[in-house]
Amino acid sequence: MLAFVNFYLIPGVIVGSIYALGAVGVSLIFAILRFAHFAHGDLMTLGAYLALSLVAAAGLAPFLALPFAMAGAIVVALVVHRLFYAPLANRPTIVLLIASFGVALMLRSAIQLLWGVQVETYVQGIQRPLVFFDDLRIAERHIYIVLATVVAIVALHVFLTATRAGKAMRAVADQPELAELSGIDRKAVVRQVWVIGGGLAAMAGVFLGIDGELDPNMGWDLLLPVFAAALLGGIGRPYGAIAGGYVIGLAQELATYPWIGAEPLLSPGYKSAVAFALMVGLLLWRPQGLLRGREGT
Amino acid sequence: MTGEMQGYLLYALSLLSLGGIYAILALGLNLQWGMAGLFNAGIAGFFASGAYTAAILGTPPVAGRLGGFDLPMPVTVAAAALFSAAIGWAVGRLCIRLRTDYLAIATIGIAEILRLIVRNEGWLTGGSLGISGIVRPFDGLGPPRADIGYLAVVLGCLVLVYIFVERAGRSPWGRTMRAIRDDERAAAALGKDVDAFRLQAFALGSGIMGGAGALTAYYFRFLSPDATEPLLTTFLVWVMLIAGGSGNNRGAILGAFLVWTLWSSTELVTGRLPADWAANLAYLRVLLIGLLLQVVLQRFAGGILPERARR
Repeated sequence: MLAFVNFYLIPGVIVGSIYALGAVGVSLIFAILRFAHFAHGDLMTLGAYLALSLVAAAGLAPFLALPFAMAGAIVVALVVHRLFYAPLANRPTIVLLIASFGVALMLRSAIQLLWGVQVETYVQGIQRPLVFFDDLRIAERHIYIVLATVVAIVALHVFLTATRAGKAMRAVADQPELAELSGIDRKAVVRQVWVIGGGLAAMAGVFLGIDGELDPNMGWDLLLPVFAAALLGGIGRPYGAIAGGYVIGLAQELATYPWIGAEPLLSPGYKSAVAFALMVGLLLWRPQGLLRGREGT
Repeated sequence: MTGEMQGYLLYALSLLSLGGIYAILALGLNLQWGMAGLFNAGIAGFFASGAYTAAILGTPPVAGRLGGFDLPMPVTVAAAALFSAAIGWAVGRLCIRLRTDYLAIATIGIAEILRLIVRNEGWLTGGSLGISGIVRPFDGLGPPRADIGYLAVVLGCLVLVYIFVERAGRSPWGRTMRAIRDDERAAAALGKDVDAFRLQAFALGSGIMGGAGALTAYYFRFLSPDATEPLLTTFLVWVMLIAGGSGNNRGAILGAFLVWTLWSSTELVTGRLPADWAANLAYLRVLLIGLLLQVVLQRFAGGILPERARR
């Protein structure tokens, strides 16, 4: 039982948190800009590497480097939008998807150019987990990851429901024309979307690095579960995306538990296939997502 | 012929052979995206499934791996195209009626699953060892004649695929396809089964990509899991099609040869530099290819040879 919690449930919650943070951004970008942002994974990678530089240069703990990594990723997201997405505003949204595909390529090669291709870690050596109730082992970093994710989600909720800017964002997502007519500055909303999406992506990337290793493909490899999470939640619905992130994270870890007999139910090498299977199943059963998603234009 | 001359000749042959294979890939993508407006972000998956089909069917027996069929190349290439088309059909069957962003995500998913299968199922794909011992037709002639022979095979396939997609594009089927791409509702109102047409285009395009994968396996005489990496297939082929002009088959071919020449000639330059410089320049090259895509998207929306209005 404790092995189940220690090796399946807790890792599931951790990757679920990471997917949720990434999926919120994908979902918000889709809600406002109406395209699937294919460079989102590489934005995560960028955040992870920005933190790595601070950890290596200033000796900061990864969690202290996090705000700076988020700030850096936000600046890059805004610049990318200004240079590569904004000029295509009047074209079909699929052109933006192609552009983001190119941005993914550019971000990754820039990371390889600046930081190299070898696998990196924030902290060398083995970190001992904290032990509760004799056998429940939780690594300190995992507690911080979950707490920080909860803080981020609550902050997002307060922003969306209690601030003027957040309400404006929801208005643009629901009724773009009406929102524009009522005097909402769409450009400001778009900037805020990149601030939130870029910041949370960097957070997801840093947590991914804290939980394991950094390599230039880490974000691209996460694109499938993150998109699946956003779809599962009904794309364009940030709360749904959070739920979707945890569902996918837990499902892929729990699928490798030896439920029947002694062998893992699913070979760990196929973990990321779980995201795909869930996504396809959902598309067949409820194409609008678990929560009702937005119709595309 | 001096050694240096022969080196240049072999380089030119390699450039044209791989350029031809890329042109076939770009034609497959043009059928899906240029004609049908279907976004495929998993070209690598269809490419690799074709490459592995051909490699498994076309090699002599090896201990510990399925195979030993040793079938001739025309059979394996056809089987590769059929297998990739079947995968494309299955993916399309699930996702074609959804908006194209979803299809894009689903194609990433299928490419990822195929990548996992290739890496994990050693009994089928040879795992990280890959599959070697693939013999090209004309290999008995020795270089450079064998390479000239293989170039002829590739260009022959390219011409066949070109004729096929051109005729398909001019046919009533192709006109319906473009009508659906440009105005789905109008086409549906005229009684066209939109989903069926799209599914056909998607499966055909995937099949063409699978055939190109088979040609690549023969070209290198060796296949490793690197074939599933998206950089050299998915990304590059998208840049080729967008730069050349999506919707125009000649544009797709031109884009493929141009971008491939650009890509591979810069490798010639970086190859002569000191090792640490060379590695950095290789990434810079990818960065510039990404930038090229952005410039084309923003400044030359139609590509070099934009789609012509047809009568």
